[in-house]
Amino acid sequence: MTLSRIAPYLQATPLTLILAAFLVLPIATITMVSFWDYDSIQIFPAFVFTNYEETITSPVTWNTYINTLKFTVIVWAVTLLVGFWVAYYLAFHIRSATAQMVLFLVCTIPFLTSNIIRMISWIPFLGRNGLLNQTLMQLGIINQPLEFLLFSDFAVVLAMVHLYTLFMVTPIFNTLMRIDRALIEAARDAGASGWQILTNVIIPLAKPGIAIGSIFVVTLVMGDFITVRFMSGGQSASVGLMMANQIALLQYPAAAANAVILLILVLLLVGAILRIVNIRKEL
Amino acid sequence: MSKKTTDTSAAGAATDVKSGLSRRNVLKGAAVFGGLAGSGAVTGFPTIWAQNPITLRQFGTGVSNLNAIAEKCKADLGITLQMTALDSDAVSQRVVTQANSFDIADIEYWICKKVFAAGTLQPMDVKKIKYYDDIVPIFTTGKLTPESKIAQGTAPSTVGFVEGPESKTFAKAPTQWMTLIPTIYNADTLGIRPDLVGRPIKNWKDILDPAFKGKTSILNIPSIGIMDAAMICESAGIIKYGDKGNMTKAEIDATIDFLIKTKKAGQFRAFWKTFDESVNLMASGEVVIQSMWSPAVAAVRSKGIPCVYQPLEEGYRAWGGGLGIARHLKGAQLDAAYEYINWYLSGWVGAYLNRQGYYSAVLSTAEKNMTPEEWGFWMLGQPAKTDILSPEGKVMYTAGAVRDGGSFKERMGAVACWNSVMDEDRYMVRRWNEFIAA
Repeated sequence: MTLSRIAPYLQATPLTLILAAFLVLPIATITMVSFWDYDSIQIFPAFVFTNYEETITSPVTWNTYINTLKFTVIVWAVTLLVGFWVAYYLAFHIRSATAQMVLFLVCTIPFLTSNIIRMISWIPFLGRNGLLNQTLMQLGIINQPLEFLLFSDFAVVLAMVHLYTLFMVTPIFNTLMRIDRALIEAARDAGASGWQILTNVIIPLAKPGIAIGSIFVVTLVMGDFITVRFMSGGQSASVGLMMANQIALLQYPAAAANAVILLILVLLLVGAILRIVNIRKEL
Repeated sequence: MSKKTTDTSAAGAATDVKSGLSRRNVLKGAAVFGGLAGSGAVTGFPTIWAQNPITLRQFGTGVSNLNAIAEKCKADLGITLQMTALDSDAVSQRVVTQANSFDIADIEYWICKKVFAAGTLQPMDVKKIKYYDDIVPIFTTGKLTPESKIAQGTAPSTVGFVEGPESKTFAKAPTQWMTLIPTIYNADTLGIRPDLVGRPIKNWKDILDPAFKGKTSILNIPSIGIMDAAMICESAGIIKYGDKGNMTKAEIDATIDFLIKTKKAGQFRAFWKTFDESVNLMASGEVVIQSMWSPAVAAVRSKGIPCVYQPLEEGYRAWGGGLGIARHLKGAQLDAAYEYINWYLSGWVGAYLNRQGYYSAVLSTAEKNMTPEEWGFWMLGQPAKTDILSPEGKVMYTAGAVRDGGSFKERMGAVACWNSVMDEDRYMVRRWNEFIAA
């Protein structure tokens, strides 16, 4: 065999090894453990379906998955709206490339702090005696502190939108920048209104960015547990949190079964997104 | 005790006769130790360990894994303690699955019930425990005073002993083989914000008062939270338990169903999992009455915010921890472990823990290491004659203050149940998750 024939294999080897060691192997292990049995302190090799049975037949699981999907849909819709808006403004209303880059970097500034800090800083702001409630009460807008602001689904969604919008902005901004401005001029010359240009030209061309952003947001929200725990004050559940609880109680096989189910669900969602939008077209 | 204290450690000591005599005064009774070995040289231990450095790897929950203890241990005994703090679930797991990763396990009694059967800990010979006879009887006979009843749950006395050195079954009465040497324990209750509750709080059921709707919290650690919930349910007359610490499935169902109903009615503001969360909830006024741990109450107070660890009519939920020795320890290391445990009970650590508001296992030695004012305040429930300082020297209580709940006898004498692990543990946890997800 000549070098030129094995060269591609050699080139692919490092990535293959890394993926095998850090992706395939762990997932295979998780899948294997999900069939094991456990008691309160130990797990032991077995091949039982009880973990899946207990997970799938429990109404808690269903409620938790529905709750997680609810967060996913709401957060996805809000981040998409906000993200597209910001990206559109950056791409089409800021004329100078320097200003665009500067403003884009401004968007990333909050990311200089850790995501836990960004999330936790909402707590003193939204609390019963927090800044927001105090301000509103001083302004005479409300008499009673608004209780729903913190430790509620509202707080969870707010924090997630705050944390994840940039993941929508970045890919959408990227695709919008690639749109040939001549297309927009042509549409306008052909008599299209601003709205028609948006819906018939810009959004279709921005689909790959929207799809990539959606994949980020959906996977992040589906797997989240810390935001749900802190912002709901432990009042709300998510799949990630359920797994974290199981791990804390040493019920690894149950957590593994949950992880496998979640993985399948997320892959289905990502698959659906990819069915609708061919992201390769634009990459 | 002591006439028979063995030996191996004393043998090593014989190589150093002179130094460390001052330790004799600190470790009263060390002479007895030495006398047995027939040399009187035993007080030389510390130097021995310094010459052949011994490191003991101790891990446990955060409460008693204190650096101050490790430093003092190094200074007194020359034994280096490597402390690792983990949460109780991780601790249980490590005891069982990584038997060689530790030398000393600092675990709670309910964890002991869960893990001892795995055989990774070795029972300790009480004849080598110098202060065994002085250990608070809660941990031996289970009765604080001869008249007291043993509380529900995993009472330390029920898992404190095994039949023999190789045995894994817990003995009903004290034997020569102790599973854990008790180190630290306390009685927990509800914490309140006296300035915000606006009425006297007397019972566990007061947390259900509609006036506190959306201003209460309980802790979301299933094994402990379920006990607080049980205290609340029983107080409110929802259910009468056979044994709160070992509920039947029906009792678990009734408790969780009631919790879910209460949660849906909006009674709870949040559920906390970590110490700092409980402090923040209370300090910010998000909740006015909640499950709490005593150092958290002290932390809220240190911010200048009033907070009371409210004694309640139904009694306390108590917890206790102890030191266990890993099965793999032998020879010099095993001797060092006994030495360390004897030192732990000899007073300095006890005084340190008592000053934090916990209780130590051997009170007589701790008393000698505390001032009469401190002893009166912490243990006898008397008004503080002087300012009461924390071990770090910060003022915790000013003169005139009285400890919440009063004296040691009043508090530990009113224990209704101990933290526990149930036979229906797995079912309970599943239902608890349901409650949190509801």
